[in-house]
Amino acid sequence: MSRNGQHDGPGRARRTSRYSAWSLVKNGLGAGSGWERAFRHHTPKETYDVIIIGGGVHGLATAHYLAENHGITDIAVLEKSYIGSGGSGRNTAILRSNYLTPEGVRFYDRSVKLYEHLAADLNFNVMFSQRGHMTLAHNDSSLRTMHWRAEVNKLQGVDSSVIDPAEIKKLVPYMDVSSSTRYPILGALYHPPGGIIRHDAVVWGYARSADAHGVHIHQKTEVVGIDVASNRVTGVRTADGRRISAPVVVNCTAGWSTLISDMVGVDMPVQTFPLQAAVTEPVKPFLDTVVVSGTLHTYVSQTDRGELVFGASVDPFASYSTRGSLDFVEGLAGHVLELMPGLSKMRLLRQWAGLCDMTPDYSPIMGLTPVEGFFVDVGWGTYGFKAGPVSGEAMAACIAHGKPPEIIAAFGLERFDEGRLVGEKGAAAVGH
Amino acid sequence: MMLLTCPNCGARNVSEFRYVGEAKSRPDPETATPEQWRRYLYFHRNPAGWISETWYHGSGCRRYFGIERNTVDNAQRSAAGTAGATS
Repeated sequence: MSRNGQHDGPGRARRTSRYSAWSLVKNGLGAGSGWERAFRHHTPKETYDVIIIGGGVHGLATAHYLAENHGITDIAVLEKSYIGSGGSGRNTAILRSNYLTPEGVRFYDRSVKLYEHLAADLNFNVMFSQRGHMTLAHNDSSLRTMHWRAEVNKLQGVDSSVIDPAEIKKLVPYMDVSSSTRYPILGALYHPPGGIIRHDAVVWGYARSADAHGVHIHQKTEVVGIDVASNRVTGVRTADGRRISAPVVVNCTAGWSTLISDMVGVDMPVQTFPLQAAVTEPVKPFLDTVVVSGTLHTYVSQTDRGELVFGASVDPFASYSTRGSLDFVEGLAGHVLELMPGLSKMRLLRQWAGLCDMTPDYSPIMGLTPVEGFFVDVGWGTYGFKAGPVSGEAMAACIAHGKPPEIIAAFGLERFDEGRLVGEKGAAAVGH
Repeated sequence: MMLLTCPNCGARNVSEFRYVGEAKSRPDPETATPEQWRRYLYFHRNPAGWISETWYHGSGCRRYFGIERNTVDNAQRSAAGTAGATS
């Protein structure tokens, strides 16, 4: 064990002590000094079997499932900042699977199923609260889409139905469901298995598990170049001047993903847009359902601490800037008050922005690329966090077997040249 | 509040404008193959840095114009390369 309690040993698996009621009591009595670090610091090796660029939920889940399901443990996860510093720590932590296309519903439902067992699988409390999720319809056409989604969902075995304003009022008593508002509420798509989760804990849980399997997590290690020889990936170069070789490089960098793909000359139909969110001061619990309104471009949930978390649609122009704007909070406050006028005295604590890698069809891009050994798990737009576990599982299978598994077969990069888009805009845009 | 400089109206709040996208030429619809057309529709450069793009001043002069913008800090310069107002 080196300084700061960090292990700096070789990348072999270690026995991680289990978190349990007993360990809590034991370490509580010992003033907390007995807790092990959740993951170790390593000096990068010269070569790995797999290099994953991006230490967010997608990259770390891919590492975890490669080790757990396929026995591939010689993996480096390279993160330019700290783990979970990108989209994984900036989303609004909403999980759901009530999408529009059969491909999308199957895929996101597998993710919700994995999330349901994640705390036990990772031995890490991810605080998943399946409190129900409702998407409001304010006009006939969105009510029609809600019915469409409900039927597609039911066919795929997902619990989802259209409810009327009286039922909405029962679930959320503070909602203004009268017909005298500017955008009266006509109904909602109600999805009981949806909910919220502690997004940082998901990142840390996957990091801890991957580390226990022997995966190296390198923070503050930015990739500045990828080496390709005769159309095959051979390794990466980092900002601190290292060259790390590997036959497989995986791009899990969401908002920055085109910058990474440009390094190997793979074009991707992705544009980066900021998405802003905000949180209020904490108040007593009064909202135990996630409420979404596409017409009003907003979604609201109350965290376990009592804060209200608000999200919106992406900013109206492409940018890598994560600076907040007054336009956003003004619009947001107005829209939230249309739904729940009683919140007019609430104060915002802070606002922030994350980067979204938007695709033309609002579905991700996953799998192989024209460059051998270069895999992508990108195009995560505004729906990447909820897909973390299933993406990790599917990308791990794709890397281990060299071909995409059936669950992501529709999401290949080649679909844009072949004109086989998977249109999810009706369910993914402001549908959180 | 971010300001964008319209060549006709001067610096205005960005909410007056509509973002059209990267300035690029359209292939001839008569002769383009489906693949070329899809490339034109779906694929854009997505640089972290300067990019030439088209905006529409919908709440002002209602004209389309070209501008160069840095996507990292949203600094702008006119398409000719002179620095304009920043955010």
